[in-house]
Parts: sequence; structure tokens; C-alpha cells
Amino acid sequence: MADFLIQLLNLGDAWSWTAYVAAALVHCGLLLALMLTAAAAFTWAERKVSARIQDRLGPTRTGGRFGWLQSPADGLKLLCKEDLTPGGADWMLFKLAPYLAFCASFCVFVALPFADGWVAVHVNVAAFFILAVAGLEVLGVILAGYASASKWSLFGAMREAAQVISYEIPLGLCVVVPVMIAGSMDLVAIGNRQAGWFWNWQLLHDPFTFVTFWIFVTCAVAHTNRAPFDLPEAESELVAGFLTEYSGFRWSIFFMAEYGSMFAISGLGAILFLGGWNGPVPIGQWLVQLGPETGWAADGIGYAANLLGMCNFIFKCVAGVLCMMWLRWTLPRLRIDQVMTTCLKYCVPLASAMLLGAMLWTYALPGGVLARILPPSVATTGGEGSSPEATSMLPATGNEPATASPLSRPDEKGGR
Amino acid sequence: MMDLLTQPVGVAHYLVVGAILFASGVVCMAAKRNALGVLMGIELVLNGANLNFVAFGSSYLAPGGQSTIGLDGQLMAMFVIVLAAAEAAVALAIALCYYNSHASIDVDRANELKG
Amino acid sequence: MEPINWHSVFFLLFALITCGSAVAVVVSANIVRMAFYLVISLGAVAGLFFLAGAEFLGALQLMVYVGGTMVLLIFGVMLTARGPLVSMQTGGGQWVLATLVGVALLAVLLRTAFSVDAWWHGPETADQVVTAKDTTTPLGLALLGLRVDRPDPQQATAPQGVLSGYLLPFEIISVHLLVVLIGAAYLARAKKRVGKPTGENAAGGGGVSDE
Repeated sequence: MADFLIQLLNLGDAWSWTAYVAAALVHCGLLLALMLTAAAAFTWAERKVSARIQDRLGPTRTGGRFGWLQSPADGLKLLCKEDLTPGGADWMLFKLAPYLAFCASFCVFVALPFADGWVAVHVNVAAFFILAVAGLEVLGVILAGYASASKWSLFGAMREAAQVISYEIPLGLCVVVPVMIAGSMDLVAIGNRQAGWFWNWQLLHDPFTFVTFWIFVTCAVAHTNRAPFDLPEAESELVAGFLTEYSGFRWSIFFMAEYGSMFAISGLGAILFLGGWNGPVPIGQWLVQLGPETGWAADGIGYAANLLGMCNFIFKCVAGVLCMMWLRWTLPRLRIDQVMTTCLKYCVPLASAMLLGAMLWTYALPGGVLARILPPSVATTGGEGSSPEATSMLPATGNEPATASPLSRPDEKGGR
Repeated sequence: MMDLLTQPVGVAHYLVVGAILFASGVVCMAAKRNALGVLMGIELVLNGANLNFVAFGSSYLAPGGQSTIGLDGQLMAMFVIVLAAAEAAVALAIALCYYNSHASIDVDRANELKG
Repeated sequence: MEPINWHSVFFLLFALITCGSAVAVVVSANIVRMAFYLVISLGAVAGLFFLAGAEFLGALQLMVYVGGTMVLLIFGVMLTARGPLVSMQTGGGQWVLATLVGVALLAVLLRTAFSVDAWWHGPETADQVVTAKDTTTPLGLALLGLRVDRPDPQQATAPQGVLSGYLLPFEIISVHLLVVLIGAAYLARAKKRVGKPTGENAAGGGGVSDE
């Protein structure tokens, strides 16, 4: 985009930096707009979903029959509130903490692809980066809890920190499984790998990945502090947990961070397991095949296919968030010891077992690595689509490393 | 000064940042009374060293695109990160033990073996 | 004026944040604020790693160092920070001595950094747009002993049949980490605290005078 702007405005060398700044601002603006719209829409959706589950109606007056304007009205109210800081609070940390949490949540969107190639920063280690940055939100929460100078806040913050960092372990293990199957941490590559019909989705690749997806869902819900894991915000126990002293705009920043990370982690799950921007039906591919090969019409059709993919992806993210809301209003809250038990005694061993299973499944399939080191009479030859993914994990030459196994063929020893 | 904005950075720029981190870490270790402050100094020192490792191993910074030590730099930095985490855990455990038995985290008071 | 090299601009930004936060860690008196500045500094170092092309390492730094070690440190700070203990002042003389040592060390290190001329020049062709390079596969291969970053074929594989990969150190530090963490958890287990922190116990470090 920057090059386009430079050519359009015919900027010389001295002013070309403005084009880059403009391009960066456009990207940031789009992502921020997405995040803020998502937050506004989800607050409305939360109220409606919770109302319907509880057999009532929810907002019906602001903005017509469905209460569309409830979110802007809430936002306006929050902006007009008094800006309070508790007396004994560390003012700098108190004011910075919400922004720290929001930045961590926003940075996830920087590396999250919305369609093939439509990503703000195409990082090669996108899955790892997203996990790493999503775990930084806990720092904002701890600082918020400490800086509020109130014991309820501190308790809530400590519980949240313990919960989030404990659940990072099974979350990481669950993310390793689809990354291992795809052979790359690049989310664009993982998404592209699942093109076609819905049976290409990594969810249906093998039973271990299927179970891993459900463990991922559990850990994702725990990671974003949504019920049944919402002890840090436990309204009935800790006043409001670490948010006790936050009101007005700062509170809304925390909530934008929370809804943003719900959206982002649903997005991560969608790309890793549910095909990302590839729908159950490969409409985009059909469009591209039916259209002309080259020329501006082909570009337009490619763009439209990508746009369709992006809408598909956003639909999956929204569905994920709605499922999280559904869970919140259906299941009772877990105690902190139950939360830790679920993580350490159930999720971690299960995720490890699934990792082992998926690894063995990939290696044991025809054409996989096991077929290469076992004698040919034992291993079956020929394979389906399993060999590309098995070889993608091997060295680029596709041979065993020279020092690995005595069964490696002698003419390949010491060579690349 | 404008050279910094227009010319590509080399290894030496990273070394300067690493040196500043290292020196700040040493001053922090020497001048803080809180045991956890000393631990933070240690973290700064290790990060300065890591930055040096990565700078030497980076192909973006080296003239000709071929770095001195290649991937060794990144791998050593990786090991340093892991070992720093281990060492921080132990140092924190010791500090907590000390705090539990003496009700103070002040290193100036930890002089029972003196004399 | 030449076109701006965005790599250098971001390097300058992250370098200033790193050094500024590191100095703030040293200068600040409040232990919680020190922890916060250290978090900022380590995050900016992760940014510097990304700029140097070590993307996996940058993400690792964010996850393990900032998201793990610093959270551990902040937990420790919370467990030991009680009011008057939060800021302990060091005497002026000690600060002078420490600053002298730090400045001398910095002088030595900077002199070394300035000494080699080749280090001051970056690559001749600086790309404005950095494309996504595969950074993890070379690392994984290096663990196994296959070095794709060494174009010389003799150096690329194990010399004299000895495994030159990093797999053994990797396993060693994994076990080391496990042992260390078990030991640390045992060391830091909840024990009875001696006396009250408000100084009623006269024997051994009772008072909280922190001058």
C-alpha cells in the first residue's frame, strides 16, 4: 500500500516516509475499528444472549425493538463518568494497566490472518507469537490489581494470573498439535493447507486432533477468564475482582481487551482447527476457476474470493464468541482449586497424550517417516496426502540426517 | 544523527544497546537493597548478553548478509533464556525463604555469617 | 535526503525504549515500578530480536522471559512487598561507587563495540519491506546438526562423525530446568513465618526500619 501511495502522490525520497506512515495507520485503523466494533457488538450480544438463556428479553428500548443502540449508549455513559483514582493507589501503574492489557490484546490481531495473505504483519512464527502476546495480558491485570491498593483487587489479580499462566501450558500443547500436522507455525500456511471441502479441516484430520480441539476450547475459555473460569471477575465473591476500582473509560478499555482476546483466540482456533477462511464448501475456489485466468477481472474475482474467505473467518470467530457466551450463562462457576485441578490434572495430561497420539498418527501413516526407516517389507508403500505433511517436518532434502540412525542409506551419509 | 535513520544498522549498534543493558544491570545489582532488585539486575545483565549473541548471529545486520556465527547465536540466546528462567526461580525461592525466616527482604540485613 | 530506512527507525525506537527502561529500573526506588520498567525493557528487547531476524527467539523471549520469568518476579514482589518495605533507599556513597563501576564497565564495552570497523556497516542492500522468512526450520535443523546457514558444505555437517547439533544441550537444559523448578518449589514451600513483620520479635531482623 505504501508503494501505491508513493506512486499516486508522486512523493520524492524526502517525503516517502509519509506514505509508509499512512499505510501503517490504515492497517492499525482497520484493526482497531474491528476490535472496537467487535467489543461494542459483543456487549450487545452478551446482553441479548444472556437474556434469552434466562428466558427474558434483554435491551428492547434503546434504538428500536432490538436495542441496537444499547452499546453506544453504554459507551457514552462510561465516557461521562467521573475519573477516579483510589487514594493509596500507585497512580502511574493504575492508569497504565488497562492500556497494557489492551495492547497485549491488540497485538494478537497484528499477526492474525483474516484471509489468504490478508494479515497486518506476516510473521513466520505467527502461532507462537500469538500465544506469547496473549499471555502478556496477565501483566496488565496484576498491575491493575496491585495498583488499586485494595485487597479484593489484589486477590482477584493473583487468581487471574495463576489461572492464565497455568492454562498457557495446555493451550500451548493444544496449539502444537495442528502446527505439527501442518508443519509450519505460519498461520497463513496453515489456513491455506485447509482449502477445499470441510473434510480438509485439521479438526477432522485424525481423532487426536479432534479431541485436542475440545481441550483447546476449554483452555481458551480459561485463558480469557470467561465463565466457568471467571473467578477473577467473580461478581458475587470479590466485588469485581481486579476491576473493583476501575470505572468509566478505564473499565471499558479492560472490557475491550477481554472481548478482543475472545475474538482473537476464537480466530486462532478457527485457523488451526476449523479451516480458517476456507469454508465447508470451497466457493472461493469455484469462483476463481470459473473466472478468467488473467487481467483485472481475475484480480477482482481473487479479491472477492478472499473477501468471502474473510467473512467466513469472521463468522467463525463470532460463532466462537457466541459459544463462549452460551457457556458463561449455562455453566456454574468453578472454584479456584477446581480451576487448577482441571488444568493440571486433566487438561495437561490429556493434551500431552493427544500430542503423542497425533505425532504417532502422522509418523505411522503410509509414506510417513516410519515407512522410511523400517525395512520395505514391513512398511507399506504409497501414500495419500500424508506424505507431504510428513516430509515437511523432515529436513528439506527429505532424507534422514546423516548422524541419526544406522538404518539410513549409506549414499546419503554426510551429504545434503 | 540522521544517519541512524537512513543507514542500515550494523552489529555495533546492537552491541551498544547490549552494553547499556549490561552496565545498568551491574549497577542495579550493586546498588539495590531489595533482593528482588538485585534479581532484576541479573535479568538485565542476561538480556544484554542475549542481545549480543543475537546481533552476532543475525544475517540482517552483517555486511554481505552472512553473519559471523550464524544460528549459533540464536541457539545460545535460547539456552540463556531458559537458564535465566531456571535461575530466577531458584533465586526467588531463596529470597522467599529468607523473607519467611527473617521478615525482611533487605540484603543489608543478611549478615549473620559475618565475622 | 535519502529515503528513511524503516528498519533503523524501529531499531532506534526499540533501543531507546530498552535503554530508557533499563536506566529507569536502576533509578526507581519503588520495587513494583522497577518490575514494570523491567517488563517494558524486556519487551523492547524482544522487539529488537524481531528486527534482527530472530523471530522465533523474539516470540520465545516474550513468552518465557516476559510472560514467565517476569510474572514470577512480580509474584515474588507481591509476596514480599509490604508498605515500608516497598522502597528501600541505598546510601549515597554506595550509589557513587556503583555508578563508577557501571560507567567504567560501560566504557570498556563501548570501546570494544567501537573497535571493529566491520561491525558498523549493515548489509549493503537494505530492503524496505521485510518478507516473511522461514526462521524456525533452520533452527530445528540446527538442533539436529544440519546447518543451512553455512553455505560451505564441509562445515554444514558434523565434523569427524561427532554430532554437532544442539540436541544434547537442549535435552540437558530441559532436565536441568525440571530439576531446578522442583528444587525451587520445595525451597519455597509454605513454612511458618518467624515473628510479625511489624517488629514485635526482637530476635533477628524484627524491625522494618529500612534506612
